[in-house]
Amino acid sequence: MKIFVTVKQVPDTSGTVAVNPDGTLDRASMQTIINPDDMNAVEAALTLKDELGCKVIAFTMGPPPAEGMLRELMAMGVDEGVLITAREFGGSDTYATSQIIAAAIDTYGVEPEDIILAGRQAIDGDTAQVGPQIAEKLHLPQVTYAGEIKKDGDTLTVKRILEDGYMTVKVKTPCMITCIKELNKPRYMNIGGIFACYNMPVVTMTYDTLKDHPLIDKSTIGLLGSPTNILTSFTPPQKGAGQMLPGDGKETTDKLAGILAAKHII
Amino acid sequence: MFNSSEINAFKNVWVFCEQREGVMMPTTFELISEGRKLADELGVELCGILLGDDVDGIAKELGVYGADKVYVYNSPLLKVFTTDAYAKVIVDAVEEWKPEILLFGASTIGRDLAPRCAARLHTGLCADCTHLDIDLANYQQFLREASTLPEDRIERTKSVRLAGEDHSVARDLKMTRPAFGGHLMASIICPRFRPAMATVRPGVMKRRENPREVELLHPAFDLKPEDIKTEVVEVVKAGKKLVDLIGADFIVSVGRGISKDVEKGLALAEELANELGGVVGASRACVDAGWIGADHQVGQTGKTVHPKVYIALGISGAIQHKAGMQESECIIAVNKNENAPIFECADYGIVGDLFKVVPELIESIRAAKAAK
Repeated sequence: MKIFVTVKQVPDTSGTVAVNPDGTLDRASMQTIINPDDMNAVEAALTLKDELGCKVIAFTMGPPPAEGMLRELMAMGVDEGVLITAREFGGSDTYATSQIIAAAIDTYGVEPEDIILAGRQAIDGDTAQVGPQIAEKLHLPQVTYAGEIKKDGDTLTVKRILEDGYMTVKVKTPCMITCIKELNKPRYMNIGGIFACYNMPVVTMTYDTLKDHPLIDKSTIGLLGSPTNILTSFTPPQKGAGQMLPGDGKETTDKLAGILAAKHII
Repeated sequence: MFNSSEINAFKNVWVFCEQREGVMMPTTFELISEGRKLADELGVELCGILLGDDVDGIAKELGVYGADKVYVYNSPLLKVFTTDAYAKVIVDAVEEWKPEILLFGASTIGRDLAPRCAARLHTGLCADCTHLDIDLANYQQFLREASTLPEDRIERTKSVRLAGEDHSVARDLKMTRPAFGGHLMASIICPRFRPAMATVRPGVMKRRENPREVELLHPAFDLKPEDIKTEVVEVVKAGKKLVDLIGADFIVSVGRGISKDVEKGLALAEELANELGGVVGASRACVDAGWIGADHQVGQTGKTVHPKVYIALGISGAIQHKAGMQESECIIAVNKNENAPIFECADYGIVGDLFKVVPELIESIRAAKAAK
């Protein structure tokens, strides 16, 4: 039994974010982190590994420095890291990205008892599309927004969190589950793992590794193979600061209430 | 044989009409209203696609907001949402009738279903859109108001370079959405494939009545139990009544500033909201801390709201929070820190401790109402 986990290195959008004059993001100035929802997917995989002794393989697509992230995951207990990196893959939208990651996973072979876990969405794009699109490309059933996963033989029972409650869904392996933060609390790296991970191999997959896979075609990968294009990007204008009301006493709130009343808001 | 790149073979705007337990989701009416605008700009029909069991009754409601036709698929297998059943019926319908645009609500159902359909159809999908345009002049006017782009860059949005040639975007759906947690906005197009697909953020598009006689169609379709690889064991509604942030005229939101006495802070927000006939919202920090339910969360990962008045109490104003509330008609901020970013988007600001200011404000509002 294998568990495949897909992870992404993302800019930390909760910190300071610098924007270049041309409206693109100044990535060089930003810290990178492991996408938060992906950490919940990794933890879910490691929890299953603790129980069942299965092998956990993490996949990421991105520039070579993402290897450091894979080593951090190995220090947590992930058995193998796969870095998918190639100029030909750059500029991929979610459709093209899912083709490439699906092909990479498929080279390992998805067997009947295997599970693919992904984070619900990445904080840079917030699309939540790559997980379901990998599942489609591999012809696997999916359950998204997993807040609880129980495994009994070849059946997973997943609590799928909705806006107004939840649904309980049963699905047989092999399948794709996307994970949300309510699922678990990710563990820390362990000391032994931190030392060991530097002696563990990271598998690198390039365009040449994957080019013969049926899903990989110049017309369906990278910038040119992406169905969507960015027309423009921009920063919203700062709304002009409004009126600061001096003081914090009753006369100040009286003034505010007076303004609201005069505007017929109250 | 269906080919998503034969873009001239595609026509009409379609909206996936999400229902749960036989009740139309409010977002569906927002999407029908927005779809009407797009269909008029293209000079084509607006069609709904509605899946469920015995849902003809609610299909007629779509005419109120401007749907010309609704393709209705009734089956016990479609009563409860499953990715497999819904994706199969929708993909088969798209392959047969070839709409040029297909919109979904960005709900836990739409965002599960739309990517699956887009991958099978080999077309592009833009997630969680907050603004849609066909008409180029309207789009460029939107950029003038909503961006800081200089005029020459706005002018250049009329075309893109595709395979070494200029491609006019005049008939492309221009899909605008926040990225990087709201730090950046991006407009996305899907120039080479159809349908252009988008999920649209609930609560953002305005409902507009545009009544007409809607035609219901019941096409034959192929769906067998073995097509569905998942089994829904139960659907459970949240025990308590969830707060309706999107429909509220007044929202009083709390942030980390209530930490010194969470119970009292929430009670004060509740009292102020009651005085105004509104509801209580919260920043992500409060939800993550477990002080209040996730249904109260405003922001990029919560809900987008535009009430008449948004009162932010002890909220610093991270960009992710602002992304969900900066379109409110009037923003009032109370914060101890005069440098809090929330003041940058507030119409009225008071620097002070919310535990002191809010009781005073409640009194002042009562007095102002009594004086009317």
